Amino acid sequence: MITLSLLFFPLLAAVLVLLAGNKYASRVALGLALVEAALTCYVFSLYKSAGSDAFYFYREWISDPKISFHLAIDGLSLLMIALTNVLLPLIILSAFNRDIKNKKGYFSLMLFMQFALVGVFMAMDGLLYYIFWELALIPIYFIALRWGGQNRVSVTLKFFIYTLAGSLLMLFGFIALYWYSPAHSFDIRDLYNNTICSCKQGWLFWLFFLAFAIKIPIVPFHTWQADTYRESPTQGTMLLAGIMLKMGTYSLIRWLLPVLPHGVAEWGPWAIAFSVIGIVYASVIAIMQRDLKRLFAFSSLAHVGLISAGIFAMNIQGLQGSVVQMLAHGVNVVGLFLCADIILNRTKTLQIEQLGGIRNQAPQFNTLFMIIVLGSVALPLTNGFIGEFLLLYGVYEYNTWLSVFAGLTIILGAVYMLRMFQKTMLGKNSDQTGIFEDLYWNEKIVLGVIAVIIVVMGIYPQPVFDLAQPALENILNKALIH
Amino acid sequence: MVMEIFNLRKLLVPVLIAGLCAVFYVNYTGWELLAPVSVGGINMDHMMQVDHFSMAFSALSIFLTAMIILMGSDFYRNEQHHLSDYLSIIVFILCGTLVLFSFNNLAMLFLGIEIVSISLYIMAGSKRFDLRSNEAGFKYFLMGAFASGFLLFGIALVYGSTGSFELAKISTYVEDGNLSPLFYAGCLLIIIALLFKVAAVPFHFWSPDVYEGSPALVTALMSTLVKVSLFAAFYRLLENGFFGAYAFTTPILMWVTAATLILGNLTALFQENFKRMLAYSGISHAGYMLMGVMSMPAQSESALFFYASAYAIASIGVFAVAIPVFLAQRNEGVNAFNGLGKRNPLLAALLTICMLSVAGIPPFAGFLAKYYIFSQAFQSEMFGITLLAVITSIIAVYYYFRVIVAMYTKEPNDTEVKPAPVYWIVLWICVALSIVLGIFPDSLMQLLS
Repeated sequence: MITLSLLFFPLLAAVLVLLAGNKYASRVALGLALVEAALTCYVFSLYKSAGSDAFYFYREWISDPKISFHLAIDGLSLLMIALTNVLLPLIILSAFNRDIKNKKGYFSLMLFMQFALVGVFMAMDGLLYYIFWELALIPIYFIALRWGGQNRVSVTLKFFIYTLAGSLLMLFGFIALYWYSPAHSFDIRDLYNNTICSCKQGWLFWLFFLAFAIKIPIVPFHTWQADTYRESPTQGTMLLAGIMLKMGTYSLIRWLLPVLPHGVAEWGPWAIAFSVIGIVYASVIAIMQRDLKRLFAFSSLAHVGLISAGIFAMNIQGLQGSVVQMLAHGVNVVGLFLCADIILNRTKTLQIEQLGGIRNQAPQFNTLFMIIVLGSVALPLTNGFIGEFLLLYGVYEYNTWLSVFAGLTIILGAVYMLRMFQKTMLGKNSDQTGIFEDLYWNEKIVLGVIAVIIVVMGIYPQPVFDLAQPALENILNKALIH
Repeated sequence: MVMEIFNLRKLLVPVLIAGLCAVFYVNYTGWELLAPVSVGGINMDHMMQVDHFSMAFSALSIFLTAMIILMGSDFYRNEQHHLSDYLSIIVFILCGTLVLFSFNNLAMLFLGIEIVSISLYIMAGSKRFDLRSNEAGFKYFLMGAFASGFLLFGIALVYGSTGSFELAKISTYVEDGNLSPLFYAGCLLIIIALLFKVAAVPFHFWSPDVYEGSPALVTALMSTLVKVSLFAAFYRLLENGFFGAYAFTTPILMWVTAATLILGNLTALFQENFKRMLAYSGISHAGYMLMGVMSMPAQSESALFFYASAYAIASIGVFAVAIPVFLAQRNEGVNAFNGLGKRNPLLAALLTICMLSVAGIPPFAGFLAKYYIFSQAFQSEMFGITLLAVITSIIAVYYYFRVIVAMYTKEPNDTEVKPAPVYWIVLWICVALSIVLGIFPDSLMQLLS
């Protein structure tokens, strides 16, 4: 029951926001998102006392081929759902005090996307998971299409078709899994115990990996990302970078590693190679960016490259690191893009050369921006540090040299982030930054909450480890071939 | 006709709809009485066989005809003196399709195809003062007559080799083995004729011109009702008649399907005229349905039925928006939809849902339909075709989205689009069905399994 309400409440909220009309849409959306967040806290406490059995929901849905409506929440899913449901109110709040047309459509689509995202993290039946995965694509496409920047039409269509291509390959993979496994079902328990020979697991691995590689993205399947982040409206980018790409990394852990262990053993080294190349490549390109949003997009690409490298390292440290970094990156990137949005809103430009000395006009913004940048750079005492340290440790256990290359991300990350900060916030004022209003109330709350999360998670990450450990051990057991 | 005599023209459409509902009800109540498909059903003198397969498809046909007649009541509002003619021809087409669903004899197959085709030739050319409509009607007539010639020739050859017109006797002959070359030739000709009628590559050349030239309602009729009926007939023919010759028919159909999928989707990318684009998209859907026909040994009739239903219902929804838009804008290009998102957001949203269903995006019925077809094809070990179908689905998204992008990003034209109430009724029914069938597909899937 609680599982169903957690899943369907955002859908109901989306409809309610549509009915509320443009005048009240933002407030209604915020209220409903906070209700969902409160529901998540309740689910947290219930999980602590009752474990994951309390959230098991199974209903036969389609009989031939057998697709069931199977939902479950374990530690890993709970953390991802918590990320979604905590970030959504923040994302909605960041849209206040901005001039947005057709607010009811905007917030309604965001809440509909929340529904699809929670569904992805909860679904334990292959095709149900696939339906939610594809469903999440529709609202973000329309958000980018209707509220995006100048070049949005071709960019969003490229994004949609590219992602859909990966998804359809995954559908083909699911159909193959269904017919090849003896149990003939999509249920995750049957998929985990499949006995498909290693000859077939090779190409099955690639079908799934391509879908996830496009979503995360992993170089060289990343070409849709920078433009889409640039052209989407701020809240759209936050949804994309903060939560939607976590769908890809979560799926690597949940649906790829344990289901196709032979395929992963055979092709995993390629996946790590792509990821590590992506880290260095993205970091180097980020250094050369002049546009703030594109810089953040490439920095995000570098960080998620490290996450996927850690996942394919196939040890518990790598997996724990990936979980922590998923949460950390989600929070940090929302903060970063909000800062970019604030700068755009006040100075009407995102070109780094045209900015400078904002610190003089907006000290509060300066402090909070600094904390978020430090979190992104992975300074110790921030959540980014915990994640990156564990990930690098995991990759080191896999291969020393790979971890050296991956470790370059910390150095290069410091380079472009601190340089960007120096050029935009410090130094002398430029023409555009002469008048820069300090933070509005909603921006203060969002950035403040994010800063608090960064520091708290950096100092005391243990609860995250405890929550994720059983699920990750379970998955690792299935993924490693003995 | 009767209505006209008694000068009760206003009652024409309601009475017709009521009659269709009655037929639907009779069909529905007869369901339990009949044995399932495999055991056979009522066998009328070895000419027609009514079983679950034919009843399910008949129900779909009756529903689609009712939707089209509803739309026709407004579409023909300027031609009231001919309304009864048009509507009666549409009902004739329905009769033809009912024959096509339950034929047990090659003569009935020919009869059904001719009833449908000749009625369609008339309807395609029904706009007498429009040059393109005349061209469409004439082209369709010439090509269709050719195809019917092939059909007759094929039937004659099959009769010559098997000694009977009845599907059951043909099937026995085929299973005995020792098929004479006459049979192969006849079988091939019949298949070619049917492929002609469904506009599969390379027999599709008539389709874009005829779809573009015909009045929009007739295009709706052709792309939904007629296609569905021809595929059901094709399936029935292959399953009940030529089943043993599977090894012969499959390679041919495989190549045709591959060519249809590729050409249909690729050419649709370049079309500016909406009806022409829908013609090519219809060709590509014929490709997907051919995959369903080819998976016949895996009992894919439920997949075929579901795909036919999902595609036809969503297409009718698309036409329910397209027809009033074309009437208001006097323009049939994709740019007639410009700015619809701003002028009439509800209409645009409903059209988006129908287009997403036709493109095969979850959670609408079109996605599950594509999934079933892929799954059946995979089970029948047709990996290459399934992969090709997946790839062409990706390509298809581009041209379906052109309409959506035009609606939401381009500037609107000056004229308002205010569809008559019948279009809203049809649209809401189709959208509701697309969503419900996407969430609860079992209701249709269980009918035929």
